[in-house]
Amino acid sequence: MTDISMPQTQTRTQSGTGKIALRWLLYVLLGLFALYYLMPLFVMVTTSLKSLEEIRTGSLISLPREVSFDAWKTAWSGACTGIQCEGLRPYFWNSVLIAVPAVAISTLLGALNGYVVAQWRFKGANIIFSLMLFGCFIPFQVVLLPMARLLGMMGIAGTIPGLIFVHVIYGLGFTTLFFRNYYVTIPAELTKAARVDGAGFLRIFWSIFLPLSLPIVVVTVIWQFTQIWNDFLFGVSFSQAGTQPVTVALNNIVNSTTGVKEYNVDMAAAIIAGLPTLLVYVVAGKYFIRGLTAGSVKG
Amino acid sequence: MSEWLENHLPKVVLAPSFIAVLIFVYGFIGWTAWVSLTRSKLLPKYEIKGFIQYERLFDSPRWDTAINNLYVFGALFIVIAMVLGLLLAILLDQKIRAEGAIRTIYLYPMALSMIVTGTAWKWILNPGLGIESMVQGWGFPNFEFDWLVNPDYAIYTIVMAAIWQSSGFVMALFLAGLRSVDGEIIKAAQVDGIPTWRIYTAIIIPSMAPIFLSAFIVLAHLAIKSFDLVIALTGGGPGYATDLPATYMYAMAFSRGDIGQAASSAMIMMLVVFAIVVPYLYSELRAKND
Amino acid sequence: MAPILDINKLYKNYGATEILKDINISIEPGDFLVLVGPSGCGKSTLLNCIAGLEEITGGTLSIGGNDMTHVSPKDRDIAMVFQSYALYPTMTVAKNITFGMKVRGVDQATQDAKLKEVASLLQIEPLLNRRPSQLSGGQRQRVAMGRALVRDPKLFLFDEPLSNLDAKLRVEMRTEIKKLHQTLDASIVYVTHDQIEAMTLATKIVVLKGGVVQQIGTPAEIYNNPANLFVADFMGSPAMNLIPAQATRNGSGTQIAIARDQGETLVLNDARDLSLPQDVILGLRPEDIAEAGFRAGDGVQEAACMVDMVEPAGADTYVVSELGGKQVTARLHAETSAQAGKMLNLAFDMSKVSYFAKETGERLN
Repeated sequence: MTDISMPQTQTRTQSGTGKIALRWLLYVLLGLFALYYLMPLFVMVTTSLKSLEEIRTGSLISLPREVSFDAWKTAWSGACTGIQCEGLRPYFWNSVLIAVPAVAISTLLGALNGYVVAQWRFKGANIIFSLMLFGCFIPFQVVLLPMARLLGMMGIAGTIPGLIFVHVIYGLGFTTLFFRNYYVTIPAELTKAARVDGAGFLRIFWSIFLPLSLPIVVVTVIWQFTQIWNDFLFGVSFSQAGTQPVTVALNNIVNSTTGVKEYNVDMAAAIIAGLPTLLVYVVAGKYFIRGLTAGSVKG
Repeated sequence: MSEWLENHLPKVVLAPSFIAVLIFVYGFIGWTAWVSLTRSKLLPKYEIKGFIQYERLFDSPRWDTAINNLYVFGALFIVIAMVLGLLLAILLDQKIRAEGAIRTIYLYPMALSMIVTGTAWKWILNPGLGIESMVQGWGFPNFEFDWLVNPDYAIYTIVMAAIWQSSGFVMALFLAGLRSVDGEIIKAAQVDGIPTWRIYTAIIIPSMAPIFLSAFIVLAHLAIKSFDLVIALTGGGPGYATDLPATYMYAMAFSRGDIGQAASSAMIMMLVVFAIVVPYLYSELRAKND
Repeated sequence: MAPILDINKLYKNYGATEILKDINISIEPGDFLVLVGPSGCGKSTLLNCIAGLEEITGGTLSIGGNDMTHVSPKDRDIAMVFQSYALYPTMTVAKNITFGMKVRGVDQATQDAKLKEVASLLQIEPLLNRRPSQLSGGQRQRVAMGRALVRDPKLFLFDEPLSNLDAKLRVEMRTEIKKLHQTLDASIVYVTHDQIEAMTLATKIVVLKGGVVQQIGTPAEIYNNPANLFVADFMGSPAMNLIPAQATRNGSGTQIAIARDQGETLVLNDARDLSLPQDVILGLRPEDIAEAGFRAGDGVQEAACMVDMVEPAGADTYVVSELGGKQVTARLHAETSAQAGKMLNLAFDMSKVSYFAKETGERLN
């Protein structure tokens, strides 16, 4: 830990009041930045609680004079995503139906893969891992066309299983990376001891590694859930009218050209679509950040 | 048999994932590369015709705009997000009270979908009802802020929203880096009477070079793949003023029915990503294998 | 009786790198074999090969008379104690010890009985419900041994089990391992880089260097008759003095001349009938050089030497003098009157001298 601001030996030129002023400036700056990051959320919430009339006449950042949840109701169950006007609800559940199995499957596979790559090195395992890791970086545009054709050939184009499949495949690189980086920190002697004790590959995974894995499972589940819930590209490319995930539906509501533009409904819908990941972030922020940094500092 | 299985189980377990990656990443890249060399239009054709799609691509004014936008967006987004992230990290590194809470606030946009971010900023930047009307309401009736619908400036609104979304993440990266600098070096410098700002510029920041590189790679990668934010904020418009390669590819693939153009633009995107990521990954993996 | 462990022409390569070359070792039941050598000499790899944790590239290996060359670790009837102890972090001490039996489907009553027996033998009964993270280093060490003991295998393997303990605890545990070996009459292969551990524990020592066996023998053989310069230098602390010298035949014995920077050449006589080349390296342990008058015997010869340094070490006092361009250490009694910068009469026990060839380093006598 660096500890730059420990009470330092004061030089005579640096007066105590100067230090205090500097401290104040620091907090003011930090506060201003906090306002900057909070402002859009604040605007979204207040707008979603205003009536359309108040939106047209009032200011962007004023508090609602009269709090109304009508926009939330419409966003959840009445807003139009095109010709249909069922609100976000069915699409929200689509996203749940996609995210839950996709997260579970990709995490389990990632755990097994990571376990193999970290603890059961065989000739070529490193090359296999490098190739899988590389898959994390490709721009997905490069696989959109063939994947669309393949899903068609498999008969799961435009279906929820199809989207689950896509998310599992392209999540594998990251989940494997997460588990591999966690399992390499576990001494190889543990596996050796268990082998001498008579345990096999799966027994060692199940009895020794899995019970140790809670932190990395949490990180991976959060990462995968955030990625899949927030996905738009696969959702918009591989879904059809009834199977769209919530992000696609939100975009359709906002860009729907029928009728009056209901900004309050747009904002309520945006908050609803963002709520699950925001909730995960607030509840388990520590693990969320660990995933983010682990996913970027390939380490 | 069971002996064989026991000995080869690790490979058997890894095989399905590896095969999946081989097909769905490398095989698909190959497919796209192949199709990008054909005259595919609405349906893929497999007869190689050379670089005709790439010629069409570079002749297209819309692709030209997309590439220019990528330069402008990428450069501004990466530079500003890095500077802002580093600044925030240094500010937060000063033994701040409630550091946890402030960090949470700075980083929460990263948890949101780009579509949500785009929707929010679209509303804030709405010329009739957003910031423009708010400032006008404060007594500046001549204030104009119509970047969202102005073809010359719309790309900057995407930069703004993208920075709002990602700068907190850069802050988290840099903060982790600042915290991992050897405390004894800093104590030694303090004992030597070196002022705090010099400790940062001369000791801490230079030692964080790998983190700068990581942040750059992540941000560059985000910039090239940017798609959702553009769709939600401007839809690529006005006209195609805010098209990026990703939206160009999507438009060709799914609305224009021009598979050849979609494939060739996707290949260019991938080459750009590779040019940035390959040297980085190579050095990382090499360093680890030693 | 068949050897409990028989290693025959064992080779181990990693790619093109040869890690172990032509290893031939055989031990009897009840033997305590110590593999010793500097780090990177291949001793741990050899142990992993014996355990079956590494496939061997060539040769054969049998345990208890059965060929185990390609048998997986779990079927070799071995137990192993690791340097890091490798305790399963999520299991209690009791579960750690019984895990191997559980995996093998041993019934609960036997498991409980065995656990009790081992826990009382190692005096770890109060720890059975704790987790490894709640134990001290010494306690972890005991649990790791318990996990091995409970299996009652043909062969125990120890991979530097004491190197993570502090000096005092290391000596205690060393004694305890030795006691265990004697009470259980177990067959043990033990890896260490610490030559004192090797000397105190082993009934048989294998000295390894660069993947090649340098010498196999009892501790006394290794100590008194090192096979080459490497073994001579590696085993023993302070190390054996290795002094360049000139040998000439002198009647039935040998005359040894050692050049000195200051003063005249030191000439000593070895009464043994040896045929030596002219250039030799003379090896003499510090305890075989004493203060004149404190050592008697046939081979003892006295000579005045310049004392360069005096190092009292409690029970003994070490005196350093320059001979043949080397700092030669003599181990004197604690009350010696030796003083740095003064001449002192030293007694060299020539009957204990080892001679090595200057070029090859091989033993000559």
